[in-house]
Amino acid sequence: MSPTHGLTIAVPRGALFKGTVDLLTALGLDTEELRANDRKLLFEDIGVITMRPSDVPTYVEAGAADLGVTGKDVLLEQLAYAPNEHGRDVYELMDLGFGRCTMVLASKAGPDPAVESLRRLGVMRVATKYPRIAERHLEETGRQGEIVEVKGSVELAPLTGMVDAIVDLTATGTTLRENNLIVREEILLCTARLIANPVAHKLKAAQMDALLQQLRAIPAANAG
Amino acid sequence: MIHPIPSGTRDVLPQETGEVRAITDTLRAAFDRHRYGEIYTPALEYESVLARADMAEAQPAYRVFDESGAVLALRSDMTVPIARVVATRYAASEPPLRFCYFAHCYRGVRPQRGQLRELLQAGIELIGSPAPEGTAEALTVLCHSLDAVGLKDYRVGMGDASLFPALMSSLQVREPVRDGLLQALVRRDFVELGQRLHDAGLDGEAAELLLDVPQRRGGAELLTDAPAPAVEAVTGMRRVYELLEAGVAERVIFDLGLVRNIGYYTGAVFEVYDPALGAPIGGGGRYDELLGRFGRSLPAVGFALDVDQLHQALAGEERGTGLLLAGSAESAGEART
Repeated sequence: MSPTHGLTIAVPRGALFKGTVDLLTALGLDTEELRANDRKLLFEDIGVITMRPSDVPTYVEAGAADLGVTGKDVLLEQLAYAPNEHGRDVYELMDLGFGRCTMVLASKAGPDPAVESLRRLGVMRVATKYPRIAERHLEETGRQGEIVEVKGSVELAPLTGMVDAIVDLTATGTTLRENNLIVREEILLCTARLIANPVAHKLKAAQMDALLQQLRAIPAANAG
Repeated sequence: MIHPIPSGTRDVLPQETGEVRAITDTLRAAFDRHRYGEIYTPALEYESVLARADMAEAQPAYRVFDESGAVLALRSDMTVPIARVVATRYAASEPPLRFCYFAHCYRGVRPQRGQLRELLQAGIELIGSPAPEGTAEALTVLCHSLDAVGLKDYRVGMGDASLFPALMSSLQVREPVRDGLLQALVRRDFVELGQRLHDAGLDGEAAELLLDVPQRRGGAELLTDAPAPAVEAVTGMRRVYELLEAGVAERVIFDLGLVRNIGYYTGAVFEVYDPALGAPIGGGGRYDELLGRFGRSLPAVGFALDVDQLHQALAGEERGTGLLLAGSAESAGEART
């Protein structure tokens, strides 16, 4: 029996890649090729597929992978917005503890331009890669916001005066500091999560539970 | 030239219609063999009538005003309209009553998720037959119908909607936190469930049970060592299981955490899974209190299959390209090659 019990696992490239591969190694998986070959996407013999973190829930929901690792930020962003609805139809099985970072609202150092805008214009402009999380946060805190969705370097938006603040993920705060931005509010703490396809969770119950048991025995996976 | 149709709706052209018709004809014959009479009801109903049922997430999503200002809603399932029919047109009939239907239902969708606003459901309702016999009959009709259309690798997951609430009340979970726990379970967010249990200040053993029991799923061995608060629900499942013929029983897997996103279920609930499809093909359960809301209190059970999902699963099995293929490691390996 292979270390993954014949399950297919969606592994995120990027910040969570190393933590995930370390975990797979701890499970006894031969991850040498996975670490070495960063062009290849499909590793059939070890049951791993690699992709952008934000695509992981998509593949797992469709059943193209039985399990996946992705950030809580991704899961929350893909959550349906209206009350009563929930996010993608995936099961969230475990907090893997690594990839810890914080979703924050930040603005330029000095007097907070967002406060000034809210007071005088009734609305604050916020740039983010996470429009839903940002919108929900403003709504929950009773403020009107105008969300500007950007795809890269969010820090640029307030520096050019396009927006008053940003909502973004930060691990160490270095990038924010370098751009003269300071954290005004911490919105939520995000870590890597293990998610599962609902049908695979039933039809491959024994394999999945065996894997979960192994994971729980790995100290790193319990850090969260 | 493009004349769009709303997202989540589809035109069905002759090739597909032919295949879908073959499935529904076979299902119709199977329902008929079990003496379920087919009925039609209007797609539009008074909103106030449909609102008598607790639909939770599956509540009607589309409303219109008629010429006199009354609010009409497009039905979101067939169980509620059939409850209305039973209470009005069969008010004095001797139960049990057996109905089947093939009908389009209308649901709200989340954007860009391939969800359908208009879905074709095929199902049955068995009114006036209590657990466990009624539940066993519904499961039998379900499996006979799926066998008849030639679906090979399906499994029926069975749980009980009353299990988790019973667990919470017997472990003295405080009333205000119960809803949050149930919501986390409905989303199958076990991380949040664990956090909420921790925040609720429950003692270790109770929290452990509330987190562990809903994750238990598997064969009949699950029914033997249930914790005390779950015994009633689990005994109910075992009684149903004991009534099933071998061909049906072998399809059943037990899932102590199975909860459906419709509010009116009271007892046994089930869902149909096939390795060729990443989402359930259909489901159902007992709704012993729904008929009472329409004025004729009768126990009832039913199921609905999503015909398009069933079609996809059949096609997937036929091509052997199901995404999740197989329960075993060996065949999972084959599926990837």
